[in-house]
Amino acid sequence: MIRKTAIQAAIALSIATSGAAFAETITIATVNNGDMVRMQGYTDTFTAQTGIDVEWVTLEENVLRQRVTTDITTKGGAFDIMTIGMYETPIWGSNGWLVSLDDLSAEYDAADILPAMAGGLSHDGTLFAAPFYGESSMVMYRTDLMEKAGLEMPDAPSWAFIAKAAREMTDRDNDINGICLRGKAGWGEGGAFITAMSNSFGARWFDENWDAQFDTREWSDTLNFYVNMMEDAGPAGYATNGFNENLSLFQQGKCGMWIDATVAASFVTNPNDSTVADKVGFTLAPDNGLGVRSNWLWAWALAIPAGTQKEASAKQFIEWATSKDYIELVAANEGWANVPPGARQSLYANPDYQAVPFAQKTLDSILSADPTNSTVDPSPYVGVQFAAIPEFAGIATEVSQEFSAAYAGQQTVAEALAKAQAITNDAMEAAGYR
Amino acid sequence: MATQHSRSAARFMMAPAVVLLLGWMLVPLTMTLYFSFKKYLPLRGGDLGWVGFDNYVRFVSSSSFWPSVQTTLVIVGGVLAITLVLGTLLALLLDQPMWGQGIVRILVIAPFFVMPTVSALIWKNMFMDPNYGLFSYLWEFFGAEPIQWMSQASLTSIVIIVSWQWLPFATLILLTAIQSLDSEQLEASEMDGATTIKRFWHIILPHLSRAMTVVLLIQTIFLLSIFAEIFVTTGGAFGSKTLTYLIFQRVLESQNVGLGSAGGVYAIILANIVAIFLMRIVGKNLDK
Amino acid sequence: MARAVTTQRKAFNTLLAWGIGLGIFFPILWTILTSFKTEGQAIADPPLFLMFDWTLENYAVVQERSDYMKFLTNSVVIAGGSTLLGILIAIPAAWSMAFVPSKRTKDILLWMLSTKMLPAVGVLYPIYLLFIELGILDTRTGLVVVLMLINLPIIVWMLYTYFREIPSEILEAARMDGASLKSEILYVLTPMAIPGIASTILLNFILAWNEAFWTLNLTAAKAAPLTAFIASYSSPEGLFYAKLSAASTMAIAPILILGWFSQKQLVRGLTFGAVK
Repeated sequence: MIRKTAIQAAIALSIATSGAAFAETITIATVNNGDMVRMQGYTDTFTAQTGIDVEWVTLEENVLRQRVTTDITTKGGAFDIMTIGMYETPIWGSNGWLVSLDDLSAEYDAADILPAMAGGLSHDGTLFAAPFYGESSMVMYRTDLMEKAGLEMPDAPSWAFIAKAAREMTDRDNDINGICLRGKAGWGEGGAFITAMSNSFGARWFDENWDAQFDTREWSDTLNFYVNMMEDAGPAGYATNGFNENLSLFQQGKCGMWIDATVAASFVTNPNDSTVADKVGFTLAPDNGLGVRSNWLWAWALAIPAGTQKEASAKQFIEWATSKDYIELVAANEGWANVPPGARQSLYANPDYQAVPFAQKTLDSILSADPTNSTVDPSPYVGVQFAAIPEFAGIATEVSQEFSAAYAGQQTVAEALAKAQAITNDAMEAAGYR
Repeated sequence: MATQHSRSAARFMMAPAVVLLLGWMLVPLTMTLYFSFKKYLPLRGGDLGWVGFDNYVRFVSSSSFWPSVQTTLVIVGGVLAITLVLGTLLALLLDQPMWGQGIVRILVIAPFFVMPTVSALIWKNMFMDPNYGLFSYLWEFFGAEPIQWMSQASLTSIVIIVSWQWLPFATLILLTAIQSLDSEQLEASEMDGATTIKRFWHIILPHLSRAMTVVLLIQTIFLLSIFAEIFVTTGGAFGSKTLTYLIFQRVLESQNVGLGSAGGVYAIILANIVAIFLMRIVGKNLDK
Repeated sequence: MARAVTTQRKAFNTLLAWGIGLGIFFPILWTILTSFKTEGQAIADPPLFLMFDWTLENYAVVQERSDYMKFLTNSVVIAGGSTLLGILIAIPAAWSMAFVPSKRTKDILLWMLSTKMLPAVGVLYPIYLLFIELGILDTRTGLVVVLMLINLPIIVWMLYTYFREIPSEILEAARMDGASLKSEILYVLTPMAIPGIASTILLNFILAWNEAFWTLNLTAAKAAPLTAFIASYSSPEGLFYAKLSAASTMAIAPILILGWFSQKQLVRGLTFGAVK
């Protein structure tokens, strides 16, 4: 009886292992944005090449974060590849939760990855996630409205110019708002924008002693400038506008300018979705003459959780999905404007891609963001629109909720900043920084 | 009347349900209590030792705590009030003779089948969106300034969405109760010349009290833990953070399991206060 | 003896009830309509009600992106499995409470309900760790068990209230005839309580179908039900109302249709003992 069970188990085991060698299935958790969804469409190509089946778990960004974080911290092993960002990668990498990607094949050409991206996705010089696409932020503006206002957009505008242009372009009767910006609560939404903006005003989240800095003049300048400009030239209800809402407003021709992710450039210039596709110009995100611009740096990247049984297959997938060949594949089928941008240097050296109107400004924006030196005054953290410490996401979400309440007129800027200061210091104390 | 034999049999047959629920209660409860006395930060290596009541103190002293308790009570109370009042009126109406009663009933109970995530998404995007929502067209059509539902009226929005989901449940239970009302009794009162309003106060309403208690109890249990409706709509911004949501923020967004667990203990306490309060009413009414 | 009602009164009732009924149903109707529009028509100003080019494109896109049948199957198995398992465990318990009541019966009943008040997010980590330990993460089995436990109090309560309405003399008569406890429950009680059991099954099927916290957080690719399906369509890049509507319609259609066909059953039993 016992022997029989043992034999059965052995057979089951051998079937399982041999099966794995032939048709392995990897499970990938990913975010539901356009580029990722497109990649899912090409999965069959990957399966045909390698014989590895792929199962997708596609989730909205917030749900995805909560899902993969739970799984990685508990070593749940539900996923073989996780889609994570520049915020998570260094933290998880330093905890030893991710498989190092330093040994990718020669033809993959890891050296081709944009240094800013590779840097943000590494910990102690080890690459822990391969960028699928990378982004910074820049100004997207309506060339026709700019002309109508009698203004000319400089290559590197200042906040003063942006505010002036925004007010002049505003035409409430025709439902045109001079500027659309994120105000929505959430660290990855309005929180990211205002943090990147505050950098150019000389503000920072923490000083070298990890003390919150919301009681500084710089932060109050940032917020007041933002609120005043949005009151005069922003859309009604901007306190709940995030990336999606602004994209839609811009595509419908209701925004003169929009400062947001560089990947949006391909959406606003796509004539299928955008009513203003042929009237969009691009320029660098504004600064205040302090040496730091207000653009951020982000990448959605693929990482392998340590402990997965299918590391080899997972690596094969990552090599495929973030390769030069994949870019070629998308370009051949859907045109160069739709390839995942911002990850590889070779893409920007490609003459076909250089012909895409937003290619150069995207690259310039990415190159001008420096996560290790993002603030005017020295700060103890890495990251442009975030601080790469585990506590940041929670703190920044709460802080941005206070900011959004101020945008909605439910409290003053001063009140919001005071609460932000208290929330941040309290959380940092709970985490043992102070 | 039950024999000794059937008593022991009864205990035996109740055992699986009781043991399972006891396990389902005790295992998480013990673990929650255990974590609540620990500094437990998953992103910083997990268990960082015992900290006594630190988490409890910190959770309550956070500026979000009392507002979240208040928000919880406002949402639960608001939804209960709306569903009970509208549910009663609707049940009274549906009890009247009419053409196509069956179809109307189908229309009315439909929202109950919609999953909370979906109903929140539908309301937020297609009705309450300040630019493309139907409400904003409606408001503009009447020459009014569209409301920024999610920011200016966040709590109202959530109460509307949740009430919409639970109104069918309240209506159905109240309708069944009304239908069980002795029609002779009603007719007699009609003969006596009692006005409709008097009839309602003195005959129908007392008859409904038991059904209302049931609605109150069941809905409160579900309403105390609403989550998707807030997660999808405001994400806890604009004063719409309930206690459940605050715990979510502590556990998942801040990745502070110890602090969140302390919050969980508070939530259990709050739920029990509400429960005792309810049991008083319910117990009285169910005994009759 | 039906109360005499004038036609006028009846017409008024009809009009009012239909108006309100349609009002309550409207958000669902609007979602279904929007799912047949193009993205442009979905946000047209003024809104388009019926006069638009009906298209099935959104459904095609959604189906291409995610394998609807897989999610649907999981939803059916999980909701069905947890409900049936719950019924099996609850029938004996409800029998004991209804026919062999003790002083503590009511306390036990209310205690059972109170287990539903434990906030789920607070225990996500413990349960997640437990699931890993037991190797049931991302399995239907795991979810069937969890959802059964979540709904068990409601099931017990509903059954208890139905059983109480059954005169205990009938059961005693069966006992006198020498029926064992098992056959008493199986052949006498259960058939009599069929309407109540049906209603209980339906209500709990709906509750399990719509449960969105555990089903989302304890699954990945294999056991994910429709609640996870919908999570991949909320807030994508850009506002895709038409696709969101199509996905929403697909997520709620099965349960909506089931609910409509069985509404008589559902309504008949949905009293929770509220009616004496």
